[in-house]
Amino acid sequence: MTIPDIGYPRLCLVVDDSTTVRRIAGGMFRDLGYIVAESASGRQALEMCREVTPDVILLDWNMPVMDGITCLVTLRAMDLAPQPKVILCTTENTLEKIGIAMTAGADEYIMKPFDREILRDKLIQLGLEAVEEEAA
Amino acid sequence: MTDADFAFLAGLLRERSGLVIGPDKTYLLEARLSAIMRVHGFKGLEELAAALRMIRSESLIVQVVDAMTTNETSFFRDHAPFEKFRLSVLPALLKARAGQNRLRIWSAACSTGQEPYSLAMLLREQAALLAGWRIEIVATDLSERVLERARSRTYSTFEVQRGMPVHLLIKYFEQVGGDWRLKSEVGDMVEFRPCNLLGDLRGMGSFDLVFCRNVLIYFDQPTKRTVLSAIGRQMAGDGYLMLGGSESMYGVSDAFADVAGLRGVYRRADARPVSIFTPGGTAAPELAAARATIP
Repeated sequence: MTIPDIGYPRLCLVVDDSTTVRRIAGGMFRDLGYIVAESASGRQALEMCREVTPDVILLDWNMPVMDGITCLVTLRAMDLAPQPKVILCTTENTLEKIGIAMTAGADEYIMKPFDREILRDKLIQLGLEAVEEEAA
Repeated sequence: MTDADFAFLAGLLRERSGLVIGPDKTYLLEARLSAIMRVHGFKGLEELAAALRMIRSESLIVQVVDAMTTNETSFFRDHAPFEKFRLSVLPALLKARAGQNRLRIWSAACSTGQEPYSLAMLLREQAALLAGWRIEIVATDLSERVLERARSRTYSTFEVQRGMPVHLLIKYFEQVGGDWRLKSEVGDMVEFRPCNLLGDLRGMGSFDLVFCRNVLIYFDQPTKRTVLSAIGRQMAGDGYLMLGGSESMYGVSDAFADVAGLRGVYRRADARPVSIFTPGGTAAPELAAARATIP
């Protein structure tokens, strides 16, 4: 798979009501060369997407104000071209919940806790990161 | 630890697993063997070496070898080799074996099973192409302990997220408590056997494809050469060998030739040339010819 060089850093939006998760996940994305925006709720994330569409959203499920699934369904109904890739990132870890998220329009799914390897693997699968051998 | 103790432990590891530990790697012995030393009440490597010298306890030796041999693995590890398999090697093999409709694949040093199971899932995803084919995946490792885990088909949430797309998790795994168990439609495709790559491999039969990734890096040059020759003898004349990303045949063995445009993919040096699709790289001769005719 060849990764298109878009000529500028990709934009990632980390949506999670935990400042710790936003800080750690944001750091992982920054290490990969992303510009990172943060949001603590689904509603604020949607407002941000109306201003500028990120390349990828790391989206928590359970959040006050607006949960991740409502945010995702609303996002997918928005007239954005292209739509951002969305990785649900949550403590919800059953097949049933994964199924709900994928039906709602998620591209990938991460079960917390996770590490930078898992995040990077998911980005590779979404075509956003090159595998090391090809990057070399 | 005395030089003699070090030489004894290093010699034992080399004899049992081919693993080469240089004198600069004493820290590795200490780090990896600390749990065993704690369990058995040894105060240090000296005591462990003394115990192994006095009573050559097979179970202790196995524990030491297990702890020292790296079992690092993940589903679809490194991603690229599996793409090469799917896009290039598999189509070439299907063409070569059409009529016989039979493929034998060997995952050598399979550790806890993620590599052979990844291959099984990948093949399962190509079910339409493989209808009527008999596919055998034989997975081997030196360590009975890791094979035991592999046979359990059960992985933690952490393990199933490493390298594996979520759509495959949903399709091929079921949830058992907090863990994930591979369904039998994929699990049954893999046969696990203990095997020491330094031993006699002749009982393994002949393979169309051998995955032997990130194993040779632990061997010294002569051992690499021996193992590669032995593997070559278990390969069909037109079969394929896939090594790890940091491994190379260069200066090690002339029994194999690399496949142009497919890093890490090798064929026996005596194999007849074949056209193989290489995405983004050099095209197969017939593809190059087809392109040449396009203005």
